[in-house]
Amino acid sequence: MSQAGAPRITAFVCNWCTYAGADLAGTSRLQYAPEVRIVKLPCTGRISPLFILKAFEGGADAVLVSGCHPGDCHYTSGNYHARRRWGLLRKLLDLTGIDSRRLQFSWISAAEGQKFADLINDLTAKVREAGPFAGANPARKRLAPAPEEAQGPRRES
Amino acid sequence: MTPPRCPPPPRGGAGDIGYYPGCSLAGGAVELDLSIRALARVAGAELREIDDWNCCGATAAHSLNHDLAVALPFRALALAEAQGLGTVLAPCAACFSRLKGTLVRLGRDPGLAERAARLAGLPFQGKVRVVSINGFINGLLADGLAGTLTRPLPGLKAVPYYGCLLSRGEGINEGEDPESPSAMEGAIKAAGCSVLPWNFATECCGGGFSMSKTEAVMDLGGAVLSDAKAAGADLVVVGCPMCHSNLDMRRRGAMPVLYLSELLGLAAGLSPAALGLDRHFTDARTVCAGGRP
Amino acid sequence: MSRLGVFVCHCGENIGRTVDCAAVAAAAARFPGVVHSVDYKYMCSDPGQSMIKKAIADLKLTGVVVAACSPRMHERTFRSAAAQAGLNPYLLEMANVREHCSWVHADRAAATAKAVELVRLMVEKTRRDRALRPVRVPVEPTAMVVGGGIAGIQAALDIAAGGKKVVLVESGPSIGGHMARLSETFPTLDCSQCILTPRMVEAASHPNIRLMTYAEVAAVEGFVGNFEVTVRRKARFVDPDKCTGCGDCWNRCPQKRIPSEFDAGLGARRAIYVPFPQAVPNKPVIDAERCTMLKQGKCGLCAKVCPRGAVDFKDRDRLEKVKVGAVVLATGFELWDHASYGEYGGGRLADVIDGFAFERLASASGPTGGAIKRPSDGAEPKTVVFIQCCGSRDEKKGLPYCSKICCMYTAKHAMLYRHKVHDGEATVFYMDIRATGKGYEEFVRRAIDNDGARYVRGRVSRVYRRQDGRLVVKGADTLAGRPVTVLADMVVLADAVRPRRGSERLAQLFGVGYDQHGFYSEAHPKLRPVETAAAGVFLAGACQAPKDIPDAVAQASAAAAKTLGLFSQPQLEREPVIARVNRNLCSHCRSCVHTCPYGAVKDFEVKDRAGSVLKVVAEVNEGLCQGCGTCVAVCRSHCIDLDGFTDEQIHAQIAALEAA
Repeated sequence: MSQAGAPRITAFVCNWCTYAGADLAGTSRLQYAPEVRIVKLPCTGRISPLFILKAFEGGADAVLVSGCHPGDCHYTSGNYHARRRWGLLRKLLDLTGIDSRRLQFSWISAAEGQKFADLINDLTAKVREAGPFAGANPARKRLAPAPEEAQGPRRES
Repeated sequence: MTPPRCPPPPRGGAGDIGYYPGCSLAGGAVELDLSIRALARVAGAELREIDDWNCCGATAAHSLNHDLAVALPFRALALAEAQGLGTVLAPCAACFSRLKGTLVRLGRDPGLAERAARLAGLPFQGKVRVVSINGFINGLLADGLAGTLTRPLPGLKAVPYYGCLLSRGEGINEGEDPESPSAMEGAIKAAGCSVLPWNFATECCGGGFSMSKTEAVMDLGGAVLSDAKAAGADLVVVGCPMCHSNLDMRRRGAMPVLYLSELLGLAAGLSPAALGLDRHFTDARTVCAGGRP
Repeated sequence: MSRLGVFVCHCGENIGRTVDCAAVAAAAARFPGVVHSVDYKYMCSDPGQSMIKKAIADLKLTGVVVAACSPRMHERTFRSAAAQAGLNPYLLEMANVREHCSWVHADRAAATAKAVELVRLMVEKTRRDRALRPVRVPVEPTAMVVGGGIAGIQAALDIAAGGKKVVLVESGPSIGGHMARLSETFPTLDCSQCILTPRMVEAASHPNIRLMTYAEVAAVEGFVGNFEVTVRRKARFVDPDKCTGCGDCWNRCPQKRIPSEFDAGLGARRAIYVPFPQAVPNKPVIDAERCTMLKQGKCGLCAKVCPRGAVDFKDRDRLEKVKVGAVVLATGFELWDHASYGEYGGGRLADVIDGFAFERLASASGPTGGAIKRPSDGAEPKTVVFIQCCGSRDEKKGLPYCSKICCMYTAKHAMLYRHKVHDGEATVFYMDIRATGKGYEEFVRRAIDNDGARYVRGRVSRVYRRQDGRLVVKGADTLAGRPVTVLADMVVLADAVRPRRGSERLAQLFGVGYDQHGFYSEAHPKLRPVETAAAGVFLAGACQAPKDIPDAVAQASAAAAKTLGLFSQPQLEREPVIARVNRNLCSHCRSCVHTCPYGAVKDFEVKDRAGSVLKVVAEVNEGLCQGCGTCVAVCRSHCIDLDGFTDEQIHAQIAALEAA
């Protein structure tokens, strides 16, 4: 899977539900596409929109944000705060020309290993279809290597 | 023509109420039609029959085809809307139940309006209110009819009978407990009668079995009237043509059964003949005399 | 300058099969700040841990990344190893290369590449880790139990038996709760008062328990270990220190017809009253709403006859602050009001009663002395219909849940009725019989087989009163597939169990979650059934969900055990994942104050030496903060950060992905 152009997915997940859900996918030996990188946070409420924008700027082709189901937040209401924030962020992405399909929000509980695996597979397929994220942001062009280089070997294989 | 953003100005009088008589009011329940129209005249309310109205779909349509059962009342309501009628009165309880039920269903299922509009061949924005006989009369009373009731009937003890169509169906009976409705009580008291507590206000009259299983209707209607009698009532007040025929005709002679509009009409001093009381199977003369023999 | 060690675990074959661990260790060795990188078969084994400890000591590591299983599995193990080697345990992080990598990917090259990146993420994080100390807060070793029913009494007694002080707050004039109102209890038919009243007396006389009856929680401040609860002590108008409970006052009170709440309105009480003869404390209160002296200034008879001069009409509500370290909520339940069931008479039929009214009729201490007499005319009912699930399992009109206790108490009612009225007929309408406790199914069978209760499966559609006074009960027998009509003299409705009115307000005061019905939410439905989301607040009894007595008592003892566990150490130790405010940057927009689900962020006045306020900033209370970080994300001036998950660390992780 490490050929050029393999999509890069950054996942911001909460410690209590989705991280544990991903653990369950592991203990259940569910196979899914290997392009996802998980950044663990205590709660989706901790996630600043800046993290997501930075991830895109840094070359992520898609970003996944996932936490506890509404009503199940370990911290009572962090996921509600997050949900409200994402509503706005989506609009911002539309404005900046970033295809909002590249940003996936989801609720995955500690019991939903299968859902996690399915979601990663779906998202990977979706991003493959959409192609690599060229970066609507000129700032990225400054910071990131030229597109040809970025297409180069991303994985040490 | 694209529908205007605001409702079009009414073509008739500003306060016109759309009138949906349905089949009963032209057939078995002529007295309901007479008494409603007469009462409306007393109150100064203009009833304007919906032009080209069609069957509400009661009894047959809703047991055969759900979309058609909505499309039929949908068409009648769409016509009313197009004719500038913001309120539609359906005096027949079955018509009311179909028309009001259609509004409720349209609100619940967003795709339904499109399907019904296709079947009916007319658009409908949902800007029509549907009122029952009880809602209509209570509205008239609130608007001043109460002051014109010059011939109250204080000697009479009445029981209100709602049956099923005026009280049941989710969303039909806004704000009222379908198990113990009370919409008629104020109007009966306004007519000067006393309202007795009883047990059969929402029990079944036999309904559509009137033709096919007359025996069952005799039993059910009989139970309703026996409880009214045991409660000490002089008359039963109804709002539904089906209830009326089952209690008045099938249990002939048991007890006078009056439409709410007839009772209010008497209290307003209208003649029994003008209200169609002479059409009843059960003699209602004691009622006309205000309880005096 | 960081000196990190990376330790890659093979987990036997579990990681090593798909991930080239040696390659990962080799790649990690080249990451900035890494001075030592090795792989080993079993990192969590003794030799594995020793390897880490030795490296920490020998190479003076400033941080460690263990690439192994999920941190949920072994983070604690490795952190304590690090601590033993003298490294602050919060400077050790784990990269999850098993659950998140080797177990879910088959392609060895891709899995290895991913593992390298996962290690890199954690290296970047660990480089920016700060040494953290567990948060320690002192504990006030006194518990408050709110609610003096059987659950509250049990919790209080257990905590007191553990040697800790308890304040038992009860809103009514007496403790005892609903259990004191019951006649006999299923499935053994123990006399309820006989088993309860000794507990009530014990609670009142226990040196470690302080009773605060006729009192309610008015305000709560503080946090686990250090709550300050303001209790409103309602005016009793009787000085409990002077009163001997002789009864002269209530025997003379001219207000004789006040329906007794204790007797479900079937009996009467006076304006000055004790709710029931075995009340604890057995000292009266005056019902200010009904006392003519308090309302109109006329009467005062009770004050005149009191030999001790205990009556004081000038008494007022008082607020008292109590410092406690833990709280047990045991506020119990009440019955659904069947007034909304027009088909069952809507509460207007005197002979249609609820379960508590039947308990009082059947109770030897009840208004009829234990004789079953119907309320309307006092006649002995020869036919009684019991209707289960009135309000329960009824999504349209009532509540969607099962009230759990009704199947059992209805069977008990039918049994008691048959014991007292030998020629009586008991008919029970039920939807399902849920008799899942010890001896419960046998109990229901006994009601049916030995006591001749007639069970009809089906709903009742209507209950009405015939002119002769008998009740007509119309329903369906869904097993026989036909409608049934029963002529009854009395109908008993098994009204649904719901939380006590006002339970939401109390939950808000303590920061406890509750569901849409008002039942308090436990921290975890399976594994933390007595804790709440609010640290130091525990649950007991029917305030959490419908419960029978054994369940309520069991949970109360569990809550007491949790409380005693909390009190077993002088200080509490908590994970140091806590938000911190940079006072220099805070612009006092208060977004964090509004956002914090725990009310942990408060205003703080920065003062100069003279004591005048220079500015107001946000401050996080370490005891209340649970470390979710929601405040960090809403902070406009980036002045709040979360220990363990700082902005710098997360951005470094994101950047590490970019560089990869």
